[in-house]
Amino acid sequence: MHEVTFLCPKDLQDAVRLYRTTPGCRPLAGGTDLMVMLHARTLRPQPRAVLDIWSLAELKGVRRHSGMLEIGAAESYTGIIRSREAHQHVPALVAAARTIGAAQIQNRGTLGGNLANASPAGDTLPILLAYDAVVVTDRRSIPIDQFFTGYRKTALQPDELITAVRFPQGRDVVFRKVGTRAAQAISKVMMAVSRKPARIAIGSVAEVPLRARGAEAALERGDVDGAIAAVADDIRPIDDVRSTADYRRTVTQNVLRELLSVG
Amino acid sequence: MCTAPLTAVGRSVPRREGADKVTGRARYTDDIAVPGAWYGRTIRSTIARGAIRSLTLDPAFDWSRVVVVSADDIPGENVVQLIRDDQPVLAPNGGEIRHKEEPILLLAAPDRATLEDAASHIHIEYELATPVSDIGSATEVFSTVDIAKGDVASAQREADLVVEREFRVGLQEQLYIEPQGAIAFPEADGTIRVIGSLQCPYYVHRALKRALKLSDQQAVVVQAETGGGFGGKEEYPSIVAVHAALLARKAGRPVRLIYDRHEDLAATTKRHPGVIRHRTGVKEDGTLVFQDIEIVLDGGAYCTLTPVVLSRAAIHAAGAYSCPNVRIRARAVATNTPPNGAFRGFGAPQSLFAAELMVEHVAERLGVSSVDLRRKWMLRLGDTTATGQVLSESVGSELVLDAALKNAPAVRPSDRPTVRRGRGLSLVFHGSGFTGSGEKKLQGTIAFEALADGTFRILTASTEIGQGTKTIFCQLAADALGVGMDKVDLAPQDTSLVPDSGPTVASRTAMIVGRLVQDAATEVKERLKREKAPLRVEKSYIQPDSIHWDETTYRGDAYPVYAWACTIADVDVDMTTGEVRVSDLITAVDCGKALHPVMAEGQIEGGCLQAVGWATIEEIKMQDGGYQNDRLATYLIPTALDAPRIRTILVENPYSRGPFGAKGIGELPMDGPAPAIIAAIHDATGVWLDEIPATPEKVLAACASR
Amino acid sequence: MRFTLNGRTVSLDVVGTRRLLDALREDLHLTGTKEGCGEGECGACSVLIDGEVVDSCLIAVGQVEGREVTTVEGLADGGRLTALQQAFIEHGAAQCGICTPGMLLAAHVLVQQSRQLTADDVREGLAGNLCRCTGYTKIIDAVLSCTK
Repeated sequence: MHEVTFLCPKDLQDAVRLYRTTPGCRPLAGGTDLMVMLHARTLRPQPRAVLDIWSLAELKGVRRHSGMLEIGAAESYTGIIRSREAHQHVPALVAAARTIGAAQIQNRGTLGGNLANASPAGDTLPILLAYDAVVVTDRRSIPIDQFFTGYRKTALQPDELITAVRFPQGRDVVFRKVGTRAAQAISKVMMAVSRKPARIAIGSVAEVPLRARGAEAALERGDVDGAIAAVADDIRPIDDVRSTADYRRTVTQNVLRELLSVG
Repeated sequence: MCTAPLTAVGRSVPRREGADKVTGRARYTDDIAVPGAWYGRTIRSTIARGAIRSLTLDPAFDWSRVVVVSADDIPGENVVQLIRDDQPVLAPNGGEIRHKEEPILLLAAPDRATLEDAASHIHIEYELATPVSDIGSATEVFSTVDIAKGDVASAQREADLVVEREFRVGLQEQLYIEPQGAIAFPEADGTIRVIGSLQCPYYVHRALKRALKLSDQQAVVVQAETGGGFGGKEEYPSIVAVHAALLARKAGRPVRLIYDRHEDLAATTKRHPGVIRHRTGVKEDGTLVFQDIEIVLDGGAYCTLTPVVLSRAAIHAAGAYSCPNVRIRARAVATNTPPNGAFRGFGAPQSLFAAELMVEHVAERLGVSSVDLRRKWMLRLGDTTATGQVLSESVGSELVLDAALKNAPAVRPSDRPTVRRGRGLSLVFHGSGFTGSGEKKLQGTIAFEALADGTFRILTASTEIGQGTKTIFCQLAADALGVGMDKVDLAPQDTSLVPDSGPTVASRTAMIVGRLVQDAATEVKERLKREKAPLRVEKSYIQPDSIHWDETTYRGDAYPVYAWACTIADVDVDMTTGEVRVSDLITAVDCGKALHPVMAEGQIEGGCLQAVGWATIEEIKMQDGGYQNDRLATYLIPTALDAPRIRTILVENPYSRGPFGAKGIGELPMDGPAPAIIAAIHDATGVWLDEIPATPEKVLAACASR
Repeated sequence: MRFTLNGRTVSLDVVGTRRLLDALREDLHLTGTKEGCGEGECGACSVLIDGEVVDSCLIAVGQVEGREVTTVEGLADGGRLTALQQAFIEHGAAQCGICTPGMLLAAHVLVQQSRQLTADDVREGLAGNLCRCTGYTKIIDAVLSCTK
């Protein structure tokens, strides 16, 4: 009654098939979120099975793909941090990965997991938004700015598996994570910024990882002060166990000012 | 030709149980396999105040598969044995609820799945009442303490300047990395044995006897290797043990009651939060004229150890300073929140936080250096404290101040435009040993044996919880006997084997109990000159004639001796986010004598970091009478990346009655860092915070309103 | 499933979603790995999988099929303590000891690195292992004493 079945696909094709055909099935990559919820029995609906995609070779790796950088959905943050390609093409993602949890979490956490959970506090998500990343699934590609549809909700179909994330080349992104402490911290504000094209992506200030469109429009015009003023209206932060709406609003503006004054 | 063994005291010898701890061989409570044991669980109130209207066991579940224990199943008294008999072991059906998470029922089952299933089939209905949620709305008083010296009222006119300020300190969770747990074994003859994670075997013993109506011999309490306590396992384990015992008794088999982290955070005792108000009067030249202090601590829903916490808070409230006129009015109040209890420092960190910041505020108003003001005010040899105690020896106030200042790293300017650096200092003292007549009433007793095979055995209820009890006792005994440490062993902390040396609390284990060990070993050595082993000696604490304490007037020798510390904290304040990072902490501690330098430093470093956490990131927000921060993802303690570089300077200023001059220092490290950090934040930003934790939200708001 | 545990092959017949932590402690009777929180925050349950440090409370035992798992019991070589374990004792890096097994495994990974480590490197490498007793100072000293 309480036991959740463990499904072990032999390759990606097998995984896709199992996911489509097994009722109540959840994909399991590194387990940094899912295993906590499984043990605490807080998943709704309660799963009947987990599908282990952690070891699938097709979901690992960092490589070039038609002029883009492609990272496997189940590649660990440590794998990304160690990848020379990633350092070269998406240094902000590498730097952000190093702020996630600590060694134990970095060795198991994945982009696929971060995306599928779609938490507004997901540490990589603002980075992906700022890079205009593309979410590749078993059946299509979804641009990141169409991916988050509501609080912990994504554009994925119920049996759709994320297989990779692609990044365009040549974009400069800077970021800052304001956490609750120096490591193992959930963010209070997580911001990633690109100047050209203007992208201001912020986590933990709305029910989804957010593109601050008003601020971006000002930035596009070269109006930095305007962007800092506008961002306060773009976001909808709340009071919660970690912080307050007021703090998040003030810090969002302060961090944007700081990130835009670099270079 | 024989060579005398190298003396042990003063050397950092290997920890007695160190090899077991680094290999995974050490057995903590949950590591003990008990074939056939059932799993236990506590069913708790979901409301903060009211009464239980009904308790229903849903017939859809087969209750014959499990054991359910209610208040009706308590053979003895439904009371958690402590100070006041106000806290029930289990709230009875129809009975009162005074806090969220209050225990109502207990369950035991052969496996965890059945346990959960059963729990989900219990339905409790409540009558709700309006809870008292904070100090401001509290009316019921658990206890009061009034301390008076000189005449504060008439001294008012002598002061050229009066400074008034109010401070607030928050809840704090001990966060021992091993959660609470106990395993109870019922025996055929009616004996109940409990193995658990605990600091005070005899506290648990008394609680078991009372609730389960057991004799001294029928209740047996054994301490397992314990993964941290810090006071959190002083009195709370009595509840866990009694609960496990009730289940085991009814189930007729062993029951394991092990808390998970969420339950531990949500339901167990915390540091008393409080409000402390100071009015300090000084002359133009900075001479201290009067201190008028008011303390209110929040005890939570039940009394637990609150009167003793309040007592220590009050006695330390005037700080490490000599003042001719002092009035301290302290009270502890009840709220409908989970009961607060013992946590390292035990009231002193709270009141010293305020006392130290007052020095800063007075110095600022006078336009003088707060270090100079401390030198002017500090208690010195021969001075009298607020309770009228003449400090006749081992007063390390100036020693530690000088040592800290001398060794503080050079101030480095900030290398980033948005980060401001600041430095703050504090000077504190902490009474070693039980307050007032505590040690005298306790009459802690140890036994010491010389065995026929030439080895020796120490029998004490004092527990090893990481602070080094086992190692230090062996060092003391070995040196007193003139033998190698390998000849000295310890009996397990098992109430059926060892006498009651008193609880492992109050910075008393090395100084008070260690002295008994030393004396017993010395006596055995003497007797072995005339007699042959086996020999057994018992030693009980006898209060020296020179110590006088009046419980009714709160005057006299509050503690046998005080330990002293000066702490200097360097902080980086990020003006973009308000984040405070403590980069360096240096603390000079007068410990009397460092019996084991590495362990003494370890106590200091660990205690300092706990205080850093209390001052910065350890925050508990309340919601509907319960803690919102009830998981490790939300109750935050410092990681290795958050921790400052900590440097400790041990100053040895011997106390004549301590073993080799040692004074207790277990709690002292908790007192200094918090006010030093607040002073450092002021140095960096120009703003004064009056409250901890100094969260980024508060820092940013304070800087903005400046 | 089958996997290598401290150098020996083990076989377990349990559901694959069982936490590796529970499989180690209850099925394989190796209690050196501790449960401090069950949510991947404290690191007391740290083990090595193929030489990388992870929280065993976050690993489904089915995922270690064919892998090499190392627990604290696997560190000491035939009962002889490693240099790191010795250093922990000598420097006072273990007080209550409950965080020590996890801490040793995270530290083990650090000292295996061939580069010279700074105190900050050690802090970063141990940031996933909470200690409440030591203030981390002597743990860092112990680890640095074992690095090249």
